Amino acid sequence: MAELTDLTVAEARERLKRREFSAVEYVDAHLAALDAAGALNLVATAAHDRARAMAEASDRHLAAGEPRPLEGIPIGVKDLFCTEGVETTASSRILRGFVPPYESTVTRNLWEDGAVLLAKLACDEFAMGSSNETAATGPVVNPWKRRDDPRPLVPGGSSGGSAAAVAARIAPAAIGTDTGGSIRQPAALTGTVGLKPTYGRCSRWGIVAFASSLDQAGPITRSVRDAAILLSAMASVDPKDTTSVDRPVPDYAAALTGDIRGLRVGIPKEYAIDGLAGDIDGLWESGAGWLAAAGAELREVSLPLTRHALPAYYIIAPAEASSNLARYDGVRYGLRVAGDDVTAMYEATRAQGFGDEVKRRALIGTYVLSAGYYDAYYLKAQKVRTLIKRDFDCAFEEVDVLLTPATPRAAFAPDEITDPLTMYLNDVFTVTVNMAGLPAIAVPAGLSADGLPLGLQLIGRPFDEETMLRAAEVLEQAAGFTARPDPWWVQG
Amino acid sequence: MNETVRQARRDRLIRGATGDWEVVIGMEVHAQVTSEAKLFSGAATGFGAPPNANVSLVDAAMPGMLPVINRHCVEQAIRTGLGLKAKINLVSVFDRKNYFYPDLPQGYQISQYTQPIVGEGVVVLDIDGETVEVGIERLHLEQDAGKSLHDQHPTLTYVDLNRAGVALMEIVSKPDMRSAEEAKAYIAKLRSLLRYLGTCDGNMERGNLRADINISVRRPGEPLGTRCEVKNVNSIRFIGQAVDYEAKRQIAVIEDGGTVVQETRLFDPARGETRAMRTKEEAHDYRYFPDPDLLPLVVPQVWVDEIAESLPELPDEKKARFMADLGLNGEDAAVLVAEKETADYFEAMIAEGAEPKSAANWLINEYFGRLNREGIEITDGPVPAAANSAIVQMVAAGDISGKIAKEVLDIVWAEGGDPRQIVEQRGMRQVSDTGEIERVVDEIIAANPEQAAGVKEKPKALGWFVGQVMKATQGKANPQAVNAILREKLGLD
Amino acid sequence: MAVDHDTVRHIARLARIAVTDDEVERLRGELSAILDWVEQLDEVDTAGVEPMTSVVEQVIKMRDDKVNDGGYPDRILKNAPQREGDYFAVPKVVE
Repeated sequence: MAELTDLTVAEARERLKRREFSAVEYVDAHLAALDAAGALNLVATAAHDRARAMAEASDRHLAAGEPRPLEGIPIGVKDLFCTEGVETTASSRILRGFVPPYESTVTRNLWEDGAVLLAKLACDEFAMGSSNETAATGPVVNPWKRRDDPRPLVPGGSSGGSAAAVAARIAPAAIGTDTGGSIRQPAALTGTVGLKPTYGRCSRWGIVAFASSLDQAGPITRSVRDAAILLSAMASVDPKDTTSVDRPVPDYAAALTGDIRGLRVGIPKEYAIDGLAGDIDGLWESGAGWLAAAGAELREVSLPLTRHALPAYYIIAPAEASSNLARYDGVRYGLRVAGDDVTAMYEATRAQGFGDEVKRRALIGTYVLSAGYYDAYYLKAQKVRTLIKRDFDCAFEEVDVLLTPATPRAAFAPDEITDPLTMYLNDVFTVTVNMAGLPAIAVPAGLSADGLPLGLQLIGRPFDEETMLRAAEVLEQAAGFTARPDPWWVQG
Repeated sequence: MNETVRQARRDRLIRGATGDWEVVIGMEVHAQVTSEAKLFSGAATGFGAPPNANVSLVDAAMPGMLPVINRHCVEQAIRTGLGLKAKINLVSVFDRKNYFYPDLPQGYQISQYTQPIVGEGVVVLDIDGETVEVGIERLHLEQDAGKSLHDQHPTLTYVDLNRAGVALMEIVSKPDMRSAEEAKAYIAKLRSLLRYLGTCDGNMERGNLRADINISVRRPGEPLGTRCEVKNVNSIRFIGQAVDYEAKRQIAVIEDGGTVVQETRLFDPARGETRAMRTKEEAHDYRYFPDPDLLPLVVPQVWVDEIAESLPELPDEKKARFMADLGLNGEDAAVLVAEKETADYFEAMIAEGAEPKSAANWLINEYFGRLNREGIEITDGPVPAAANSAIVQMVAAGDISGKIAKEVLDIVWAEGGDPRQIVEQRGMRQVSDTGEIERVVDEIIAANPEQAAGVKEKPKALGWFVGQVMKATQGKANPQAVNAILREKLGLD
Repeated sequence: MAVDHDTVRHIARLARIAVTDDEVERLRGELSAILDWVEQLDEVDTAGVEPMTSVVEQVIKMRDDKVNDGGYPDRILKNAPQREGDYFAVPKVVE
């Protein structure tokens, strides 16, 4: 049984097709792992009955010799995706009890490909955070711990539950969303692969909106190949989302030829920030070396606005979020706290329903859009954003992919970062990508001095996930990251 | 802002206690776009549905929902802009207008703030023969909100989102109106234009066309005064009343030594007064920003040109054609083109063979009067255009007199039927046979020798003879012929 | 940019989030720090630069004018905290 949960998606689906085991057995193994992992606190809503029913349906397809691309594969779903008939809360008290009467496009695509809903996984509330400490169900715990240190660590965020599930072998794959790094950063902190596709690749319909111009769904997996397989299943052309792009979805796994000879890899010098930890810097150099050894050509490039991306992001994202979160008012769904009149109801509902980080961002967002400040903040940030994109456009005239560290630090303990601004700095390497709408992937590349996973990031051209994935797989092979967390959390 | 573009007309000024005042009026009209589905969702727009029946997940602002724009609504906005002779902005942007209200599910309204789809245009009014141009500032598309019902329950407000997300065109005029009369003429003309274009049905009772009126007063030639906004006035008559009342109110405030407070007011039709809104409206900070769920709206010129080609003949053009080609005078032409249905009816009468000027006279003086008395619209009238056309043609051919024509109309109105058949069957044909008339005239003159003799001194007595002849012929004699024959035989010519 | 208590309360009111006095003080500090930090954007020369309207390079997609949605009031009202017949109910709004 333990062996079943070690399989990658690619391996499992082949073995399921060969009927080596049934989908029900395969899914049950993961449900058992989930049940034993209470200490990781990564469940928002369990859905065992549905999982089993879906597994049974998969077995019928498999028996009939008609397996769909993800037949029988259990997937952990970040609680930001609306799942029909299954409570969806965005890990917030304000959506407690909300049962969507509709399925998000991305999850519908997965179920139509035969995948199985394992559970709704906790995340940072409304996807706002880099440590998954703000979930209404309490902080998610990283399966990894520092060597000889029993303190629980954060898994990163906001898709911390999804990343932890994959790292802990509770799910072979999970899906998350990435607005400023929320897939890539937790993937890097948990030794998993996290992919954020080009903005507009996956539909946002049915995903609780955080920052509309930045949000994008993506997979978290244990291999680059699995990420490619998942992306092909998740992506689609969706007329219900005006911002999703009308491009056919390729077979991304077919791009994994292993051949990157002649690939031009850019090393952006501005990512060598002051105080970058030695082991991360070293890993970055190693990564460059591995790609070069495989025949890639390394080039230094410059992205001058790199350090301004983070403040610009922390104007644009909260601004859009403040507006997107206005609908959580206690009128039509979710929490309602009584009030003498409707305004009192709004104010009490939102005060009790939203956590501190969400409130902070809603207020910042309201402020930067308010009369007199719009030009100085929001408009200015959008102009800086144009320049950031221009930086990348120029770089991509010289190179095909960029290689950077994924995060400035490995996983940390919850009480180690309490200041909001310091927490925001966790996104320094990842937000640039969302601001420019580019695809990027975090690949586990090594261990820190105290035994925690570290990741490297590859950034690709818009809608050229293929090249990026190909380079990512080479990196993955060269890094040979096989470490796994010691299963301290398993009960019974 | 062209504050002094219209020279103050002496007869439009309002006489106050301390001198003359000029009232300056601008209007923001919300017109519901005629379409099957809503602006950003596929739910229906139809009237009278049960509560929350015409509501999609998008309209209810469920988590994760996204807007997708309805092409036809964009087309209707462009069509309206062209009808207003306005500039079509090929690139426009949708902005979010953020505020909280129970019937605004998203917590923001999708509207257009800085870059609307339509720019400056003009509406031309005809007021007592004077041409008045009212400038249009802009037209933009926006979502309507749902409905809050405050009177269904003592402590609760009920919310129905059927109307939430329906497409509205907000048409903003320049402050070019100077009287209640002009304001009424403007809204009537705008309504008529929208109905001609088929972009809004103009039904004010249902709230498909609503006006917010901005009113200020000033001494002629001075800068604009502080304005008040009277919101949601939904009849032409009330618009006039609201302007009159508000102008007088503001004048009284200033003449009493006070200053007009800028505020939003409501019109109370029962009292014919405006009053300040009960809650002190906080100055709204709408925090407009471009909606990140929508890309900029880029409209190809080719599409605009296609729409332009598909425009129907609009009232101003139709009026000019009626005058130039059909010989109608300005006043009659204006009446006939005021509503598309009227113009269509008139043109149908011409198509059936009626001579234009006679048809116009008949329609305006006879048929409209009856319609107005019964309070019916021309489309609900019981007499088809072909029937009225037949009546006009019979009069022109001398088959019936004008007096008989009215009787025929009454019969068709009450019972239906073909006018020509009615005239035949009931023997209402006018007697134009001069021989027959001469015979009757001779008889009457012979029977009334004193009057015949005295008629030269009292020409009015001719009328008495005419009446006698008409009576003798049961009204069927051709009055012109009777007149001519009498005059000859009585020696008046 | 340092914000004061009144500003915090004003913004909280615009955002319809009730704040206690303690929260106002804490938020004042946090918001001021964040706003100070984002102001480093002033260093960037953006003269002549257009604000980003969309990272997506595509013409806006439009829908046909067909009724293909709505007509399911129960789904719409299913999650309502307070429902009266087929209406949403809220505490009375003063006009």
